[in-house]
Amino acid sequence: MNVDGAVAAAYRAEWGRVVATLIRLTGDWHLAEECAQDAFTRAVERWPADGVPARPGAWLTTTARNRALDRMRRSSVEAEKLREAAATGEPPPVGDFPDERLELMFTCAHPALTREAQVALILRCLAGLGTAEIARAFLVTEHTMGQRLFRAKSRIRNAGIPFRVPPPHLLPARLSAVLAVLYLLFNEGYAAASGPDLLRVDLADEAVRLARLLVTLMPDEPEAAGLLALMLLHDARRASRVDPAGDLVTLEEQDRATWDRPRIAEAVAVLDGALRRGRPGPYQVQAAVAAVHAEAPDAASTDWPQIAGLYARLAELTPGPVVELNRAVAVAMADGPEAGLRLVEGLAAGGALAGYHLLPATGADLLRRLGRYPEAAEAYRRALALAPTDAERRYLARRLREVEPQDAADR
Amino acid sequence: MRYLMLVCVAPTGEPADPGRPVGTAPAEIDVDTWVEEMDGRGARLIGERIRPVGDSTTVRVRGGEILLTDGPFAETKDLIAGFDVIECADLDEAVEIAARHPMARGGALELRPFWE
Repeated sequence: MNVDGAVAAAYRAEWGRVVATLIRLTGDWHLAEECAQDAFTRAVERWPADGVPARPGAWLTTTARNRALDRMRRSSVEAEKLREAAATGEPPPVGDFPDERLELMFTCAHPALTREAQVALILRCLAGLGTAEIARAFLVTEHTMGQRLFRAKSRIRNAGIPFRVPPPHLLPARLSAVLAVLYLLFNEGYAAASGPDLLRVDLADEAVRLARLLVTLMPDEPEAAGLLALMLLHDARRASRVDPAGDLVTLEEQDRATWDRPRIAEAVAVLDGALRRGRPGPYQVQAAVAAVHAEAPDAASTDWPQIAGLYARLAELTPGPVVELNRAVAVAMADGPEAGLRLVEGLAAGGALAGYHLLPATGADLLRRLGRYPEAAEAYRRALALAPTDAERRYLARRLREVEPQDAADR
Repeated sequence: MRYLMLVCVAPTGEPADPGRPVGTAPAEIDVDTWVEEMDGRGARLIGERIRPVGDSTTVRVRGGEILLTDGPFAETKDLIAGFDVIECADLDEAVEIAARHPMARGGALELRPFWE
């Protein structure tokens, strides 16, 4: 590997770890990020002449740390912190250096930060994405994203948000928050919330990478593994999810030959390991659903009764109308469209999903299967008015044409 | 009698009134002088500067869950029914203390860090 490659690889592997160490050292998120950046700049300058160090991470951490001490020494305001740091901060041992990425992850996902701030912080501080890249991914200007990050980092310090892995009594709720942020990130990448691109590959890749990191840092946490398995299973179908024209392809119609079998096998192994711990949770159950789909050789041989059972379990763990809608789809496949339609109609009457395009879209598909075309067309039109992406609108428009009366005379 | 005196300012600020004393308006003094004077006559029991709204966290308990919001509770029409000054290690402890307060269940508690 050439030196540029070595710096790039070190950046991917070590950025978050260097930033986390510097936050612990300085207590200042702005300073930590600047010093980490300086260390990588220094690597670009030094490594071609000096050679790539044996432990790039330790070299970068030490360089960033020295830079921070240097800057704190110059600032009289920070003098007290410097004394504290000097009191505890003997040079890091050569063999190992601290890894506080878990602290960083939990702090970035602290519930006193907005979801937007959490996502931006994780991508910047932990994943090492640039402000401009993050801005592009969320369709805001670089200036706006820069301000969002600046404000979030200031708020952590000023509001007194602690840099730590939460104590046991807070851990379950906080871990849920971390998992939710990573899954949101994955879904942002997997299906853009709006706009012309259905797939924003970078964010999904980053989310998978971060989920892997979380599993490494919390190996005893089955829900972390469940989330990783869930992401890998969705991701394995990435290539078949849209056709060459950019149109959405339903699970039923996807070309299963294009599914990434090694990825599915990895996901199933991760999920099996998690389930063996005997502490099921919503991500493990959702991954189990995805695994049943992924392992069916074709759509017709999908084990729908098992999927319906898993959704019933999920509804116990996390009750809510979206889970119920998914259960309705599974029940329709297991017990027939009439049974599914009854559940969908119950949901529509409840009103909790008003404005959610998948409710009328699901009802429309079931009505179509029952041959009730005029009602199906009406439901497709309602779904079409609510669908957020171009790809989904094209899919719904195609289905609508199938159930509308043919005006052969016009052709 | 004791009063809670809230020092209020528009987020964008407003230039200080340059007018000379008219009627009952006192002469202009700076805040340090005011503190010294009021402490001296035993009128000021406690007072601090607090950080802006962007650093505040609002705590509610609803449906048995602790809900946090980034930002302030108080609209001008809302009632500030009381106040406490709490000393704790970090925001997690402050949230724990706020969430135990009975008013977290019907109202909200806004945590505004002091300017330290």
